[in-house]
Amino acid sequence: MNFHELFAHFGDLTVDGLTKGSIYALVALGYTLVYGVLKLINFAHSEVFMVGTWTVLGAYSLVGADEGSGVGLIILATLLAIVLAPLASAATALTVERVAYRPLRKKNAPSLIFLITAIGCSLVLVETFGWLLHAIFGPPFGRAAVSIPSLIPEKELISSTWITVSNTQVIVIVSAIVMMVGLDTFVNRSRLGRGVRAVAQDPDTAALMGVNQDRVIMLIFVLGGAMAGIAAFLYTLRYDITKFDIGFLIGVKAFTAAVLGGIGNLRGALVGGLLLGVVEVYSSTLFSSNWEDVTAFVVLILVLMVRPTGILGESLAKARA
Amino acid sequence: MPEMSTLWKRANLRDRWETSPLWVRMLGSGILLAIAIYLPFVNRYPFAYIRTDLSTGGSDWSGVLTTIVIYMIVATGLNVVIGMAGLLDLGYIGFYAIGAYSVALFGSPDSPVTKWFAAHFGLSEGWSVPFVICVPIAIAIALMAGVILGAPTLRLRGDYLAIVTMGFGEIIRIISRNANGLTNGPNGVTNVPTPPGPTTATGQPFFNPIDGYRWYWLCLAILLLLIWLVRRLEYSRVGRSWLAIREDEDAAAVMGVSGFKFKLWAFAIGAAVGAIAGLLFGSKQQFVEPTGFALNLSFLFVAMVVIGGSGNVVGALFGAFLITYLPERFRFLSDARPFCFGVALVLVMILRPQGLIPNRRRARELEDRRLEAEEVATDD
Repeated sequence: MNFHELFAHFGDLTVDGLTKGSIYALVALGYTLVYGVLKLINFAHSEVFMVGTWTVLGAYSLVGADEGSGVGLIILATLLAIVLAPLASAATALTVERVAYRPLRKKNAPSLIFLITAIGCSLVLVETFGWLLHAIFGPPFGRAAVSIPSLIPEKELISSTWITVSNTQVIVIVSAIVMMVGLDTFVNRSRLGRGVRAVAQDPDTAALMGVNQDRVIMLIFVLGGAMAGIAAFLYTLRYDITKFDIGFLIGVKAFTAAVLGGIGNLRGALVGGLLLGVVEVYSSTLFSSNWEDVTAFVVLILVLMVRPTGILGESLAKARA
Repeated sequence: MPEMSTLWKRANLRDRWETSPLWVRMLGSGILLAIAIYLPFVNRYPFAYIRTDLSTGGSDWSGVLTTIVIYMIVATGLNVVIGMAGLLDLGYIGFYAIGAYSVALFGSPDSPVTKWFAAHFGLSEGWSVPFVICVPIAIAIALMAGVILGAPTLRLRGDYLAIVTMGFGEIIRIISRNANGLTNGPNGVTNVPTPPGPTTATGQPFFNPIDGYRWYWLCLAILLLLIWLVRRLEYSRVGRSWLAIREDEDAAAVMGVSGFKFKLWAFAIGAAVGAIAGLLFGSKQQFVEPTGFALNLSFLFVAMVVIGGSGNVVGALFGAFLITYLPERFRFLSDARPFCFGVALVLVMILRPQGLIPNRRRARELEDRRLEAEEVATDD
């Protein structure tokens, strides 16, 4: 138990935790949206995030941007990544919905079947990058980790004995919060968002009122996927790396964050994500980084035991009904 | 009303089997068993084509057979949890690991646990628990782990359970990797004991890596025993309760079937069977280390049961056989294995959610739900 280390770097650790937590929160949105409407844990969502990270790499190599490139090229590559990553992620999420979930919904399959299908999809997506694309194109695809050029170099904005904040940390936290607020406003204020809430509350009545259920379901997969794509971009910005199975742990942690905040509740995803990120960083300092990945699981089990509805309670429908 | 004989002709293989007289079934099972026992020695073509060691670099045939049977034991146990009680357990690898580590930690003189005991209780150097006593220890630890994990989580909705059990599997793996003082960490535990038996002519223990067929026969015997036990359970009061809970938990509760109690039973029984499989694995390898218990294996176990046909013991066995044997026989498949499982899982769930050899009752449940959905659709 390394309390000294924890207190000595408390500020830094908190900022680091908030950065991690923002990414968890953005990914958690995907779980929460789908769960809120379909009562389904979209296990393949972690892979939607993974596809996003590879797309960022693809966008960079498409324009040939590298760490030493000129400012114009860097801006171009970054903009391309910001556009392409959410698009690719949303497309992946939508494909999974159309190919795997929709036939099952038509059959009114029990949730166990959905979950197993989701695991299957997740395996297929992981192995597409870990094996299939490697077999076709060779590296960079495959089972090894791939580094992504960090186009925006890390710079310390604030540096004092109390706290150190770098530019990427600020970008990650601020853009995550902006995206969350945007999504929250969309769901609570717009016409389409009203449809989402209506289907979440009572699908049959919503259908009677003229809400197109299938369209709403497609919309939530696209929204969740796009958020995961943004999260993927921010992740590569901060950690400069991707791997075929990178989604798994982030997916589990994001899911934990969603449950912690109250799954089905958009604001819960933010609270849960930030909280989990901070707790994880503290605990890995207190014990050792070997135990870091256990934190999320332990937190998840504790939350489910003590308060299965999470901190803010689960409800997309009642968020501002 | 058609003639009885034409009905019989039309019926599929399973109906024929179930309606044939007892002596036919006894004879049939006897022949199958004899074939299974003879398998390690098959070397006459064309039958020998099933062997996995035909080309250089192929896996040892007896070893592969043993692995298949161990995974069949896993599938039998997981089938109780997934197929019969309808609980998705993604952390089954945790119980498997507990079984393997129990026999390693208590049975090996090299493990930190036996060393600690030896040092603190004045036991002689190299003291360890005999294999025969490790078995009940492993089962007891797995049962306890099953109850500890199940008690708080089985009250949750089914899909939460899946994630929590997955977490459990990872926690067990991370503990086995990081807790150096308990498990030797990434170095693993060597000298895991083997089952007792007379020593061979060359002075080797009875169960040694060279005479692989003995391991195979041992595992086969244990598998048959477990299958018999599980079948007894299935048709008992417990089995009927599982069925009731699976179909409608509320209705079952109204009829006085405690969902929680029987789910916990399923969980604990599954855990014990998983531990037995892990124990056999650890003992056969004579070496236990954390990388053997990655979460992927958990998904593989689920795939076995689900592709084979959850709820049906024969289906689960068939699934275990397919998933273990094919990649070993066709080595070029082994790298593509997870990808193929993923595709197979999705396809089976969409096209034949009851599995390849289904449990009929389960197949009807799914069909009922589909018809309900169609009715609602036509009502619109």
